[in-house]
Amino acid sequence: MSEPLLTLAGVHTHIGQYHILQGVDFAVPAGAMTVLLGRNGAGKTTTLRTIMGLWKPSRGQVTFAGQPIGGWPAHAIARAGIAYVPETMAVFSDLTVAENMLLAARDGPLEAARLDWVFSFFPALKRFWTQPAGTLSGGQKQMLSIARAVIEPRQLILIDEPTKGIAPVIIENMIGAFRELKRERTTILLVEQNFRFAEALGDWAVVMDDGRIVHRASMAELAGDSATQHRLLGLSLEAHA
Amino acid sequence: MPNAGDPGPSPRGDEQADAAAPMPRARGDYLPVLLLPGLAAAALAIMTWQGVPFSTWVTLTIAALAMGMMIFVIASGLTLVFGLMDVLNFAHGAFIAVGAYLAMTTLIPLAGWVEANSLSLNLLALGLAMLVAMLGSGALGLAFERIIIMPVYGQHLKQILITTGGLIVAEQLIHVVWGGDQKPMPLPTALRGAVIVGNIALEKFRLLAVAIGLIIFFAMLVLLNRSKLGLLIRAGVENGEMVEALGYRIRRLFALVFVAGSALAGLGGTLWALYRETLTASIGSEVIVLVFIVIIIGGLGSVGGCFLGALLVAQMANYTGYLAPKVAIASNILLMVAILMWRPQGLYPVAKR
Repeated sequence: MSEPLLTLAGVHTHIGQYHILQGVDFAVPAGAMTVLLGRNGAGKTTTLRTIMGLWKPSRGQVTFAGQPIGGWPAHAIARAGIAYVPETMAVFSDLTVAENMLLAARDGPLEAARLDWVFSFFPALKRFWTQPAGTLSGGQKQMLSIARAVIEPRQLILIDEPTKGIAPVIIENMIGAFRELKRERTTILLVEQNFRFAEALGDWAVVMDDGRIVHRASMAELAGDSATQHRLLGLSLEAHA
Repeated sequence: MPNAGDPGPSPRGDEQADAAAPMPRARGDYLPVLLLPGLAAAALAIMTWQGVPFSTWVTLTIAALAMGMMIFVIASGLTLVFGLMDVLNFAHGAFIAVGAYLAMTTLIPLAGWVEANSLSLNLLALGLAMLVAMLGSGALGLAFERIIIMPVYGQHLKQILITTGGLIVAEQLIHVVWGGDQKPMPLPTALRGAVIVGNIALEKFRLLAVAIGLIIFFAMLVLLNRSKLGLLIRAGVENGEMVEALGYRIRRLFALVFVAGSALAGLGGTLWALYRETLTASIGSEVIVLVFIVIIIGGLGSVGGCFLGALLVAQMANYTGYLAPKVAIASNILLMVAILMWRPQGLYPVAKR
């Protein structure tokens, strides 16, 4: 098993008076895709936001590439090499697709070869290049959100439920894009409720419930163990069958 | 591990989805802009019906343009500050006043240039005064943002209380430094009086105010739409958190926009004081109500909306001030109510997360 790129040790996060993360411990190995699974309300999004520095951990350590990043501001964490694709997609509606991408390419100008690579998976972005992002469909916005995170190579990509509400044919494009990223040895931490999608791409599975990690396994192990799947993910398996 | 039978990415399939999916590009939304000529035409119709000469209508319209430009200069910074930082700065009036007083002080040693009958010397003097006003208000804005605003980010009630307090303190400090009496703010010689076109008198200073307002407006449009900084500001108005997650120091951006907004308030205050040719410490409070009406009408965070709103408010003030002075004070509130009933988020709302 490769060295963990990201480690969370005993992480607690409070949002106001609510104690959401109650001691989260897990490691994300470099160069592979780890999927964070769990039902609604388990704390998966809070975990990603805590890693990204959008919420500060009240206790515990977050370590990335050997550096303790817990408590760092979000822009510093981004510059350390982490990209974030939020559940809400957060595309800038008044800005064009091109302008959204320009903002994302902060280390230099938009590189043509890399852009072509992005277009190969998400051709709609090329077609709507000069259109305001607000006029895109939901699936296209999701493509834009992912494209922003990969336009420049990053060490770790945090992705929150990219397939939610997206048409199956666009999900196929996403699978292709993520496979390419994995080939490049990009580390991905994916939050997903769609177990079929997770199974197709994930190498490692971490299951969360009530703000804690309740199961860790390789994806192959979990995929073969339908009893554990139903025990831990029960309703969400049926919902995304 | 990828399963053997999984289909690969399918560009044609994506296009199938897209053929049904995308909406056509929205047509430019120019309906609100029609309010401007509409209001002017309505005023002209009423005045003609009442037998008021055409030249009076022209004079009022030019006055409205000049006043609108000045209010725009003052309000533009405030709308960006509220749109970007979600900060309610009731002390914006302090920057208006401080800028005006600094300009007045700068013009005292330059009295020779101001009184000379030379347009270039006059403009030079005014230019220097405006520069000092902007630098002074900008510096005050920086101190204000760091010391007073930063501790209360995200807390609207505290912002209102503390910035209102700041405004009161600033006004009293102006009394201490400059005295509480009304100060004269004479127009430079070459800018007094009017240019006569036919039987219409176009006041020279008002023309200058319009020119300055247009320059500022176009400069802001260019900055916002053609520079990376502008990109950051427009994105930040929509979703500051995502801008920060993309690796940008959003706090620095906030400070920059706040300082720029304060500097613009100082410039606007200078123009306003020259327009009225007198200056008191309450100049900020007098203008600020109109400024808030303007940014609400225009849509918080929208520079274009602010420009349009400022012109509409100025038109309303000038036309009703002539036709129905008793309604004049309420007329702008009525305008705001009417516009909000049509578009509850203002004329050009900025899409928020």
